[in-house]
Amino acid sequence: MLYSSIGYYSLILGLLISLPIFFFSIKNYRNQEILDYNIITFSFVQLLLVVISFLGLVFSFVHSDFSNETVFNNSHSTKPLFYKISGTWGNHEGSLLLWLVVLTLFIFLFLIWSKDLLKRYRILTVLFQQIIILGFFAFLIKSSSPFNYIFPTPQEGMGLNPILQDPALAIHPPILYLGYVGSSIIFSSVLAATTLNYISRSWAIHIKSWVLSSWIFLTLGILLGSIWAYYELGWGGFWFWDPVENVSLMPWLALTTLLHCILVLEKRDILSSWIIILSISTFTLSMCGTFLVRSGILNSVHTFANDPERGLFILTFLFILIFISLLIFFVFHKSEKNSYNSFYLLSKETAILVNNWFMMYFLSVVLIGTVYPIFLDVISSQKISVGPPFYHKLIIPFLVPFLIFMAIGPQLKWIKAELKGKLYLLVLFIISLLISFFIFKNLDANFLVNTILVGSALYLFFITIKDFFIKKFKNYSQNIAHFGFSLLILSIIFNNIFSTEVIVNLKIGETFQNNRFKIVFNDLKKIEEKNYISFKGNFSIKENNTDDQLEPELRIYNQPNIITSEADIKTTFLSDKFITINTVQNEEYFNVRYQVKPFMFWIWTSVLLISSGGLISLFKKKYEK
Amino acid sequence: MYGQEVKLRFFFIILILITLILSIFLILKSLEENVIYFKSPSDVKLIGKLEKNKIRIGGMVKENSIKIKSNEVSFIITDFKNEINVIYSGVIPNLFSEGKGVVAEGYLKDKSYFEASKILAKHDENYMPPEVKEALEDK
Repeated sequence: MLYSSIGYYSLILGLLISLPIFFFSIKNYRNQEILDYNIITFSFVQLLLVVISFLGLVFSFVHSDFSNETVFNNSHSTKPLFYKISGTWGNHEGSLLLWLVVLTLFIFLFLIWSKDLLKRYRILTVLFQQIIILGFFAFLIKSSSPFNYIFPTPQEGMGLNPILQDPALAIHPPILYLGYVGSSIIFSSVLAATTLNYISRSWAIHIKSWVLSSWIFLTLGILLGSIWAYYELGWGGFWFWDPVENVSLMPWLALTTLLHCILVLEKRDILSSWIIILSISTFTLSMCGTFLVRSGILNSVHTFANDPERGLFILTFLFILIFISLLIFFVFHKSEKNSYNSFYLLSKETAILVNNWFMMYFLSVVLIGTVYPIFLDVISSQKISVGPPFYHKLIIPFLVPFLIFMAIGPQLKWIKAELKGKLYLLVLFIISLLISFFIFKNLDANFLVNTILVGSALYLFFITIKDFFIKKFKNYSQNIAHFGFSLLILSIIFNNIFSTEVIVNLKIGETFQNNRFKIVFNDLKKIEEKNYISFKGNFSIKENNTDDQLEPELRIYNQPNIITSEADIKTTFLSDKFITINTVQNEEYFNVRYQVKPFMFWIWTSVLLISSGGLISLFKKKYEK
Repeated sequence: MYGQEVKLRFFFIILILITLILSIFLILKSLEENVIYFKSPSDVKLIGKLEKNKIRIGGMVKENSIKIKSNEVSFIITDFKNEINVIYSGVIPNLFSEGKGVVAEGYLKDKSYFEASKILAKHDENYMPPEVKEALEDK
């Protein structure tokens, strides 16, 4: 009771604090030379109030205060403490409150880190950010308040969906949100910079750290979600082209493109219009992600709410933001005059631009694949779904030139590059193709596609390795990130080709054998845990000379009463052994799925490498300052 | 320099337009080929000719219809008006059980016999795929 009230009233107060921020910002905009200290103070107060409100909700969860509707709907007194806390953002209302926390945190950080920048630019950024913040306040208080009372107070809560009770998924939303919301700062600053015609090299250097940090968080957030899907959903895959995955991939693609454009702006002072458009789209896509996932339009495990009013609100808000930003873009933006004078076809910026186009193409493929079913449902109420073949068919062929440009681009100079002394590029390419040819020569797989694809991925792989050891002026961040990407593509392809699986229904004591391995279902143990009963199977898997004991689990949760399968995975550098079991209608048979998934470890590692590339770039910048 | 600038700009615009048109064409084309339609057992009864495309069928799993063997599972999907027999070998989701909503993806062998390659049942005891809900509400 107490914590909820504290949370609710500090949320209202936080909203009211926006007034003085607006007041001082507008007053300060014309009058003084230096930034009014009141703006920073009030931003801090707002942050504090929102954090208190959030903590109010966290404590309501910790104390299982079921008079709070959100707690009642998403918690249970027998849940472990860790999941009580993570349950705070495992639902619609709480996750929006978390958005607001990050929104206010970031604008405060922006204010204290941008001291040497133009005063008017800082104020305008605050104003644009406040518009977004106001939208979220209104949304939270009006249609999704996390602090609604229930009377009489229920004895017990409804519980949190067990598949969300998992360490990776507990930290997945906050990390992802740091990335999503980071793009709001980019959005506000781009609008401010456009209004003041302030987009320049120095601005690029300043905004780069925001772009980099949101990019790192977004990458890690997607990675966590993917790892979770791998072991928790029990399908052994890591990417399903599910709409909710796609909505996190789309801002990532836009942000990655933006990151590369900022590099061009920093060096060449061109592409400013493109950067404005990209920044607007990144934030719009992040908001769309929230809209699609939270409004219940997409049906999936992530979909918490199913309330048309909420969807309508976010949609209206989104349209207002897009309208404002486009208005600012067309009214204030002046395109640069000197851009095409020194633009040569063979240069680093051309390579970046070409890959920009590919990224935009990938983005539109994912966008159409995600939105089209919704669109069709609305206009003709036909239900369809777009499966992985659609994405594979459209994306894989274009990965080839994409990878090649990614390899060659960093080898070229800015402005104007020459082909002299670049013979090694061709030689390496032929070598990569040959290696790939010999790998696939004796394999029963799609020969032509795989050879070319692996060839170009190997090309990027070799060139980045060569750069790492030989190149004179090293750009470690780019080098490591690109190397990580080549490793990612290679691991995914080999994982796809060499994965094997057996699906069989077994009774306890039975054995399955084929020409590769032997699976023995030894026994099943029953273990009572705090909020679930676990049935732990014991399997021995004999393959060649190895003999592994794997123990997949079936959990029957008390509240909500749901059965989940917990996979048991044995990870080595080269491959994962993955087993899940499931009951079928309480019969004696258990549905057993055993998979050998090569290179899983490298898929995760390569994504970590990619994001560490960003991290290096971020710290290098700080260090040079 | 002015002439070259205009030429370059023109060149870029043409290039962008061509790629734009090409990629939209490509996307729409493969969308047409790779879309999976959702049908209820009653919809299946209405189709005239058997299609070769992959489809999804949704409804409830009929009571006492699940039969399990060592290599496959068979059951009946019903929308309380029409029924369809499904045969499936593969991973069975946690929440697959009699009297609950289910979506099966696969190929129709004939109008009352469906060979599924994937079964979707979501991880929430109250969850019913919206398609199923709607199909049932229509009745």
